[in-house]
Amino acid sequence: MSKPKIGVFGLTGCGGCQLEVLNFEDYLLDFLNAVDIVHFTEAISEHEDTYEIALIEGSVTTKHDIERLEHIAKIAKIIIAVGACACTGGLNCLKNLYGTEKAKTLVYGDKKDWIDTIDVKPIDEYVKVDYYARGCPPTRSEIVNIVTSLIMGKVPEIPSYPVCVECKRLGNTCLYELGMICKGPISRAGCNARCPSAGFSCVACRGPIDDPNVNAQTDLLERYGLTIESVMEGFNLYNACKKIEQKSK
Amino acid sequence: MAENLNIEVSPLPRVEGHGDLVLNVKNKKIEKLQVRIPESPRFFEAMLVGRPYTDPSHITSRICGICSVAHTFTSLKATESALGIKVNDLILNLRKLVNYGECIQSHCLHVYFLAVPDFLGIGSVLPLVEINPAVVNIAVKMKKIGNELVRVLGGRAIHPITTVVGGFTKLPTVEDLNYLKDMLVSLYPDLETSLKVLKTLKIPDFERETEYISIFDKDEYALYDGDLKSSDGWIINPIDYLDKIKEQVVEHSTGKHCNASRDSFMVGSLARTNNNFSQLTDNAKTYAAELGLKSPCYNTLMNNIAQFVEIVHCVDDSIKIINNFLDSGLDKDKAMVKVKAKAGRGVGIVEAPRGSLIHDYTYDDEGRILKANLIIPTNMNYANIEKDLYALVPMIIEKSEDEIRLGCEMMIRAYDPCISCSTHFLKVTLINI
Repeated sequence: MSKPKIGVFGLTGCGGCQLEVLNFEDYLLDFLNAVDIVHFTEAISEHEDTYEIALIEGSVTTKHDIERLEHIAKIAKIIIAVGACACTGGLNCLKNLYGTEKAKTLVYGDKKDWIDTIDVKPIDEYVKVDYYARGCPPTRSEIVNIVTSLIMGKVPEIPSYPVCVECKRLGNTCLYELGMICKGPISRAGCNARCPSAGFSCVACRGPIDDPNVNAQTDLLERYGLTIESVMEGFNLYNACKKIEQKSK
Repeated sequence: MAENLNIEVSPLPRVEGHGDLVLNVKNKKIEKLQVRIPESPRFFEAMLVGRPYTDPSHITSRICGICSVAHTFTSLKATESALGIKVNDLILNLRKLVNYGECIQSHCLHVYFLAVPDFLGIGSVLPLVEINPAVVNIAVKMKKIGNELVRVLGGRAIHPITTVVGGFTKLPTVEDLNYLKDMLVSLYPDLETSLKVLKTLKIPDFERETEYISIFDKDEYALYDGDLKSSDGWIINPIDYLDKIKEQVVEHSTGKHCNASRDSFMVGSLARTNNNFSQLTDNAKTYAAELGLKSPCYNTLMNNIAQFVEIVHCVDDSIKIINNFLDSGLDKDKAMVKVKAKAGRGVGIVEAPRGSLIHDYTYDDEGRILKANLIIPTNMNYANIEKDLYALVPMIIEKSEDEIRLGCEMMIRAYDPCISCSTHFLKVTLINI
């Protein structure tokens, strides 16, 4: 794929993933040399529907989001979900936990019928997603790596091992040893254990690994006198849409 | 000259998030003027209910990728106030430093990539690259330095990690502090160069006095902490904000509209320089004088200049804080204060780059959220933006439709559309290739 045409889109989210693209700073020039950005809602006024690769941020939370997503999927040959909201539904799914109708009443009161909102879902519930740049937000290099791999005709390498692997490699003290509850053992790596390295428990913003070692996690929890519920509450922060609880049992 | 006009700009380019402008003029009279916000609602007030006190700062950070630091700190302050936690000076100053980083980063994007081309009448930064490429390089450098402050101290440039209830999970090293200081000091020649360019700008004449609201601290130019202050003469404790700030749901917008003493008010850099000008650093005041920014100033379009003056202030004060840290050292035992759950209500107000941001939480005995209310600066400004447009359109009604459209867009963008600037940003880099 030589100099592919790229579209960058935002559904419902904070704009942070798109901002990370603008934060490329040191390699923005090289990136723009390798691709042709033809659509970038948040950054360029001019746009055309000729993109081959679509980078999509945000989850689906309105009927309008569905229409836009389906339109994008008709044009793009490859779809890359960027960030937790697009990949797992992310934090937005907390609205589902609370209850969508209840949430509308709470925030907009008797004016709630003016508001278009539906249960939150990740984008792969509606369209086929080819690659996932996970995390909240994903690392800059990760987005670049996926796109450059595609240009070079390689399959992007996306880790499917737990965050603990990266933590060990960095020589971090295990946060369980420091009395914290970390979701690292069953969470997907690729962030270079960013949170544990900063002294903060992994919150599984990249979702669970494909085949988590549930027994080992259960043993670990028992060893530190913890329950599965205490871990799940933190897990739900970014993964409430994916029903991790059932998967991990 | 336009007798009748039907202008619809959808989506408004170069504003963060999704906004539309609708302007209908008939026989030179405005029939309809609306800034519509069809952005998907997120329901953060609902998401927060039931969550433990450790979560809200991380949840609300995700409201906005551009001002994630401001949301983080507003949230932490609301929670700490509710739980009766008082942080020490080390934590306070470190938080101020992170906040300055975001302010530099955000203002930089707005001033350099949006304001400069708009006011030069060149439509984009593109021609500026040929006229003055140095300025474009300065902007990229300055934005990166702002981001680096947040990344080094917060663990990540967007959605910081180390900033938690009660303090920091990790402190910077002496090397980190020197790295940041050297970068900040290197900005002074760049600020001088920028000043020369900004001085050549012709800011359009416009004047409409309104109510200006910001926080205020008797000891310093308030960005991280203070009481809520209005140019209409009141100062209140943050906990009493509901006595003054009213929110309404309006049909054309998922963002609520606000008013206080009058039917609209303004928040952001100009509101802050209007309310607290005398507390800027002497250096920042010199820059303000050079650029003709006085207090009070009723020209909304001068908000861009006020932002630049604030960049100078943030650089000055960041270096001062870092120097103090380097002199006194960072005591690791002071990184966190003791935190314990309890019932209570707390309100936090921080100046986000684009204005006062309010979080209001009520906790139960276990330290779980019962109720949350969030008021975002952009919501506070909507009513004022429409009022400014109502004042502006008759002033420029004799101009061409394109000029009227641009005039309206400039007015909206003056309120700080953050990432907006990136339109020009991408164009700049493309022509370098």
